[in-house]
Amino acid sequence: MKFLGLVIAFITGVFLVYAAVDFPDWADPESPASTHVSPHFIEKTMEETSVPNIVTAVLADYRTFDTMFEATVIFSAAVVCFFVLRTFLKKEEREERLYRHVLTGVTIRVKEGGRIPPSDDFERIDDSWIPHDLIIKTICRLMVPFIQIFALYVVAHGHHSPGGGFQGGVILGASVIVLAMSHDLRTTLQRMREKVVGILCAVGVLLYAGTGALCLLLGMNFLDYSALAPILGVGPVTARSHGILIVEIGVAIAVMTAMVWIYNNVSSRGNYNEGL
Amino acid sequence: MTDFAQLVVAKYNYWIYITLMMIGLYAIISKNNLVKKILGMNIFQTAIILFYVSIGAKKGATIPILEHGHGPAHGAGSHVVHAADYMNPLPHVLMLTAIVVGVATLGVALALALKVYRHYHTLEEDEILAQIRKK
Repeated sequence: MKFLGLVIAFITGVFLVYAAVDFPDWADPESPASTHVSPHFIEKTMEETSVPNIVTAVLADYRTFDTMFEATVIFSAAVVCFFVLRTFLKKEEREERLYRHVLTGVTIRVKEGGRIPPSDDFERIDDSWIPHDLIIKTICRLMVPFIQIFALYVVAHGHHSPGGGFQGGVILGASVIVLAMSHDLRTTLQRMREKVVGILCAVGVLLYAGTGALCLLLGMNFLDYSALAPILGVGPVTARSHGILIVEIGVAIAVMTAMVWIYNNVSSRGNYNEGL
Repeated sequence: MTDFAQLVVAKYNYWIYITLMMIGLYAIISKNNLVKKILGMNIFQTAIILFYVSIGAKKGATIPILEHGHGPAHGAGSHVVHAADYMNPLPHVLMLTAIVVGVATLGVALALALKVYRHYHTLEEDEILAQIRKK
């Protein structure tokens, strides 16, 4: 099998090399990819959408259907991870809970109906408890707000600099995942519950599709943002720019929560205990 | 000989992407472990991303973000934009979404691998097949 795989990969590689000989040279300005539709994007973006970042304009305006369904794909992937992995324990299976007193390191076992003293010094733990390093915990805790501010900047400044919904959403999701890795999954779930993650993921996609439907209701084509001009109180070109921002925010919410959702399910194998 | 050397240098992006893609294909076909297969799939995907991004390059062009976009001296739209000065934005757009979708599909693949591991207690393909045949 190994030899066969090598032969197949080699033969395919030879065919690809044979085909690549006829391809245009690297960085050729006259290559077919750069001559048909892309000059229109580069030269007309500013007057048609008023967005200097052409990538953002193409992403969320010219090819907006593509992007909407990419967001749907991400949403579906997160939902699939949830359905494949998530397990809900029955009530009798979680009768006993373990709590650790943070200051003394004593672990207590709480039986069904029992309660811990009302104190913040207890943390819920699993059967196998792995200590998290204090330095890592503190540093990650300090970093998270800055990562999130940067992510919001990337989302909001996507019109004028490299950035946008996808990138900002991934950075936002990474900030939550950093918290989950440096502490444990329960700490993260206290701040961002599973229900919130699921609902926000759907809200992000809905914001995108809803903007399109609103354009449809206002008498224009689906996702033709110039229909939003009377609502936003600006000209049709500026309305396109604002419409792009709205759908980018939707994408950012969907991507962030999808990343967090996938991480939660995969890292804890669906039981939402301590995680990694 | 110089023709050949020129060909190799002028299209070097294609050679890199073909090499990466074949490494990925070999891993998908030959590796026994499911996680290694998934990694091979990701390398394959990276090769395609590299291919697309390299297509977007233009000699002497800058990133596809317009200069003087809302500059006060120029005013919106008054600045003449030449297509030769900016890279092709289309491959960037396609790959931007492909990267994030790639992460999401990687998550699904890992979830399925976890499910397989939970059922068969192994990720080696031959051992899984042996267990299926035994039943």
